[in-house]
Amino acid sequence: MTTSAHTPERLDQLPMDAAARISGLTVEGEERRRLMDLGFLPGTSVSVEMGNPLGDPRAYRVMGGVVALRREQANGILIEREEDGQ
Amino acid sequence: MKPQMQSPSEEVRSEKTNAPLQAAHGGGCASCAVHSLSQLRRMGVDLGRCDFVVALAGNPNTGKSTIFNALTGLRQHVGNWPGKTVGRMEGGYRFGETAYKIVDLPGTYSLVSSSHHEEVARDFILFAQPDVTVVVVDATRVERNLILALQVLEITDRVVVALNLMDEARRHGIGVDVRALQRDLGVPVVPMAARRGEGIRELLAAIDEVAHARFPASPPRVNHRDAQLESAVEALVPQLEELFPGLPSARWVAMRLLDGDHSIVDAIRNGTLGDIEGMEPNVMPDLRRPSETN
Repeated sequence: MTTSAHTPERLDQLPMDAAARISGLTVEGEERRRLMDLGFLPGTSVSVEMGNPLGDPRAYRVMGGVVALRREQANGILIEREEDGQ
Repeated sequence: MKPQMQSPSEEVRSEKTNAPLQAAHGGGCASCAVHSLSQLRRMGVDLGRCDFVVALAGNPNTGKSTIFNALTGLRQHVGNWPGKTVGRMEGGYRFGETAYKIVDLPGTYSLVSSSHHEEVARDFILFAQPDVTVVVVDATRVERNLILALQVLEITDRVVVALNLMDEARRHGIGVDVRALQRDLGVPVVPMAARRGEGIRELLAAIDEVAHARFPASPPRVNHRDAQLESAVEALVPQLEELFPGLPSARWVAMRLLDGDHSIVDAIRNGTLGDIEGMEPNVMPDLRRPSETN
């Protein structure tokens, strides 16, 4: 894992066909708890399941489930892109 | 909860009891799963006296109500949408010589977030202290469902994991290593397809084993607490025990307080922590006695 080279991206910036791994959460309190209960835990793979022509909300696939998040919620989740062939 | 060291002999034993229906305790024919269904007497809402209370917990839409109905003979509304069961439903069955009361809790992803559903499930497992808690796990989404299972295992080790929807998992080409899962969780894991009746008798046998403390549970213990956190917990526990005598799982409650769980903070402020007596169970309307409808 090379974390120092680049600033972490956030989940709301993840393109439709890319895969990523959650590296952390910046939300606090109950919302953080909730997201973690739904499977948004550091180290977990995540991808965009359904986009939205209006941009918000989008549905994400995490831990075998599909969860819809608003942009500001997804913005609180830090990700690292999974490179091709990795 | 103290971290538990697992002795090597326990490890071997829990491996051996991998299939709870095999009756590793040598109970002979009577405890063999083949005879289980013939031993099942569904009692509906006619609860009467019961020997053990079984709670049914799980993520939304994992088939809890289907299992509840299979065990009790009731026809609680089963629907393929989350949030269908509000409050809690109770029913009963008799298995061999033992009378069970089974409580269907609303589906939750967690015991520590604070939605009403989660509070109902949490308060029941934490404060009503059921003799056995069955955690229904969706075999197609094991990882996500294990979050709740592990939270329940933090509170109690008298747990059976019902690995439901195995038929759907098979259809999606998902295989689950039941043996490894049971070894890692340290409690019986029963693969099921409840809507086809598969695994019901094995579940009955596993509940019976745990209720009679015949299964040597060895659940995983989370052991990451640092000294600062530990001293904070130790400062809180005696105060909690003084305010709420007989409170089970004071350590768990202390952790939630430090976590900033508002529902726990409020329950302590207004003195209702652990007060589940005021919560009436739901009874199906057509079965309700006239005196209860006014």
